[in-house]
Amino acid sequence: MAQRQVMEAWVGIFVVMGLAAFGVLALKVGNLSSADVADAYQIEARFDNIGGLKVRSRVTLSGVRIGRVKEIYVDPSDYRAVVILDIAGRYTNLPADSTAVIQTAGILGEQYVALDPGGDESFLKDGDKIMLTQSALVLEDLIGKFLYNKSDSGDGK
Amino acid sequence: MRLFTLIGGGVIARVSRLGRASVFLYRVFLGGWQIFTRPSLLVHQIYAVGVLTLTIILVAGLFVGMVLSFQGYNTLVDFGAESSLGLMVALSLTRELGPVLAALLFAGRAGSALTAEIGLMKATQQLAGMEMMAVNPIERVVAPRFFAGFFSLTLLAALFTAVGVFGGHFIGVTVLGVDAGVFWSSMQEGVDFNDDIVSGIVKSIVFGFVVTWIAVFEGYDAVPTAEGVSRATTRTVVNASLAVLALDFILTSLMFGDV
Repeated sequence: MAQRQVMEAWVGIFVVMGLAAFGVLALKVGNLSSADVADAYQIEARFDNIGGLKVRSRVTLSGVRIGRVKEIYVDPSDYRAVVILDIAGRYTNLPADSTAVIQTAGILGEQYVALDPGGDESFLKDGDKIMLTQSALVLEDLIGKFLYNKSDSGDGK
Repeated sequence: MRLFTLIGGGVIARVSRLGRASVFLYRVFLGGWQIFTRPSLLVHQIYAVGVLTLTIILVAGLFVGMVLSFQGYNTLVDFGAESSLGLMVALSLTRELGPVLAALLFAGRAGSALTAEIGLMKATQQLAGMEMMAVNPIERVVAPRFFAGFFSLTLLAALFTAVGVFGGHFIGVTVLGVDAGVFWSSMQEGVDFNDDIVSGIVKSIVFGFVVTWIAVFEGYDAVPTAEGVSRATTRTVVNASLAVLALDFILTSLMFGDV
């Protein structure tokens, strides 16, 4: 009987370890823990070009992550990209004239939305729109312009 | 003419074996209710199949994670991308190495033991004896082993992956000096729960099913002699390993093929 209890205890330990491994995978390795922004409110921003921005990309303020991109779609009436941002509930004091800029981490890294606080007295609330936005820098466009300028100046000589 | 007989006979033998295996699987599932009425049988088998395989899985997982971290670091540092080390280690473990290596080790450690045990029971006519006593050997012997193996491998693969990540963390952060925060955050940014972790778990469930199916069937179908049991054990390890690798290819192309 004692031997059997030892065996059962081992099986119990095994199952608990296995479930703990699932927990580690889900929370520590995967992104389930950081998937939701705590009691978030939504802000809308419209961009001409979002570049490589994806759903769940970071939203930062002074480089600190304060939220995530919740949804991206194109508004059929003006063909601009509408990006819905989830902002964590404790950052309630974003000025209403803040700017949203799509920036790139490193030269080829992932893209994220950087918010730049303005000087307005009133704050952004749930469902508000950010009026001042700056689109993503598309590397191909830049190279294209650079080459175009180069060939222009070459002609000028 | 001899050649045709040989090929035809081989094909017929294999197809009828597959048919026997399928009927056998059906009977195992019919006998599966037994594990609810007598859970102690299942617990005993989880101990034999799962707990005793734990050591090799944990040690192997630790070393695979450490080696991955070493090799990954050496490659990534050339591109100045050693900050992605955590992501690389975690993705290779969750998507591929965790389920596949755990299944291969499981086939060698537990699958062969299952085949040898059932085969020897058959060779010493214990299974026939049970039938004489109106005990269905599939319900009493095979079904608990099958479900225990199936269940254990899923847990073992998750343990392998988790231990591997910590092994990679040990080498990457403690020995090679990658920043711990970067290691974890690049991992959490890049590993998606649904795409990567769940598909790894699905893989380990499929492998557990196939490996234990092959193991118990080979034992049940073994020629009841000493030589027959030894051949069945060899076949279990070879066939189960090949099945795991082939299925891994199919599952990977299904899961990650259409990006």
